[in-house]
Amino acid sequence: MKTIRASIIGFGAVGQGVAKVLLGKSDYLRSIGIDMKVVAIADSRASVIDPHGVDLASAISRKKDTGTVGSEAVSGTEIIRTVGHELVIETTPTNIETGGVGLVNMMTAFERGMDVVTSNKGPLALKYGDVMAAAKKSGSNCRFEATVGGAMPVINLACDVLAGNRIISMEGIFNGTCNYILSRMMEEQAPYEQMLAEAQELGIAEKDPSYDVEGIDTASKLVIVANSIFGMNASYKDVTVTGITRITPEALSLANADGFAIKLIGEVNDSRINVAPKLVPLSHPLAVGGTLNVFSVQTDLAGPITITGRGAGSIETASAILSDIIGIYKI
Amino acid sequence: MDLELKDIPGQLVLALKPVSEFKGNLISVVHHHEKKTPRGKIPVHLVFEIKSDHLDNIISLLEESGISVVSVDEKRYLEHGAVILIGHIVHTDIKDTIDKIDNTGYAEIVDLNLAMPRVNRPSSASLKIDAVSKQHMSAAIELLKSIAREKDLLVIEPIGVN
Repeated sequence: MKTIRASIIGFGAVGQGVAKVLLGKSDYLRSIGIDMKVVAIADSRASVIDPHGVDLASAISRKKDTGTVGSEAVSGTEIIRTVGHELVIETTPTNIETGGVGLVNMMTAFERGMDVVTSNKGPLALKYGDVMAAAKKSGSNCRFEATVGGAMPVINLACDVLAGNRIISMEGIFNGTCNYILSRMMEEQAPYEQMLAEAQELGIAEKDPSYDVEGIDTASKLVIVANSIFGMNASYKDVTVTGITRITPEALSLANADGFAIKLIGEVNDSRINVAPKLVPLSHPLAVGGTLNVFSVQTDLAGPITITGRGAGSIETASAILSDIIGIYKI
Repeated sequence: MDLELKDIPGQLVLALKPVSEFKGNLISVVHHHEKKTPRGKIPVHLVFEIKSDHLDNIISLLEESGISVVSVDEKRYLEHGAVILIGHIVHTDIKDTIDKIDNTGYAEIVDLNLAMPRVNRPSSASLKIDAVSKQHMSAAIELLKSIAREKDLLVIEPIGVN
């Protein structure tokens, strides 16, 4: 049995999802030789530290009741610097402008030779090369399945499961919020603004939805795909991006009459990274509705492979984090 | 397409088989049984619709079956495409947009459906484009996108065009 001491830095929906999944799967993890002990949890306001293992159930209910996970005024970065552990589960919010605190956390972890599993797109979409170089220099693992497509196994499918294949191109729907808005606009023949408001009311879209609807979220995920799967040295500025804010219900109707849906499609191949609304034949595997995500990879040996799944959600994203943890530590 | 068939039973079926195999749509078959060619064969004139990239496959299959392909007069505009435009389509001179595609000589707009909900709201249109080949279809859509950039229109193209 290998004891892995971990911190959860960032205790929003994803961080709490990770705590729930670790609680629920502790027996399973032990059965494959992993004894996970969370020694610290930090949110943006405070933290809880216990070298013997934080009580995850209490941490979740404390967060729910008081809005913060603990009372210690120690930041996530300080935890990484000062608390002895091997794994940093980095689930702070994405900052696509600077990489934010997530970038600092990851670099600090690598300086100390720690492994990182993250759902944070910012550092990888901005500084993929630097982050990977730092991880390599310190001999650390850096896994980030949760950054692209929530529960959909995008990175690990291409890099591990399809090992030996050349990935020729990848295209798909990587943002559930946009997919929901476009699907509902079609169903209700309603304008964009109205369906955005509905999505916000249901908690599918943020109050400031620009990150999703302008295509920035999809573009960030594509940069991570381009770098990790296609071996490019791309950053966010290399992506051509068109969002969905100009789509009209009439356009959706006209497309539908011709046998097409309109979907926000992200595509990567050797020569370009592009995000734009596209016409997708209604019978095509990429024409999925609701908040679903989907992607197709074109490979030289296996041909096309298409995966559909939930692109967001705290437990779904935590499932990707769990699979990365198991990927690193399974004996 | 002009073919020459041997004057023995089953030759016409043999000639039509590759067309159907590649999902061609037969338009006419004229079998000139009374007009033998100098080689003693029967001239047959076939007209069919097929995706341009399948034409070479059909010709090879015919030749493999011993049927002589005398001439192929490739009918144009065998690639059909659709795009959606959003913006002030009419007020930015829709005729000019269409003319620029039609004047390429390799593509033309063959259908247009326009929805104009209110004067102050952007219109939406679906355009059907015919082009002589897949490559020309891509070129036509690229041209349309550059026209659209000038006119501040959004072009929604089908997946897999480029």
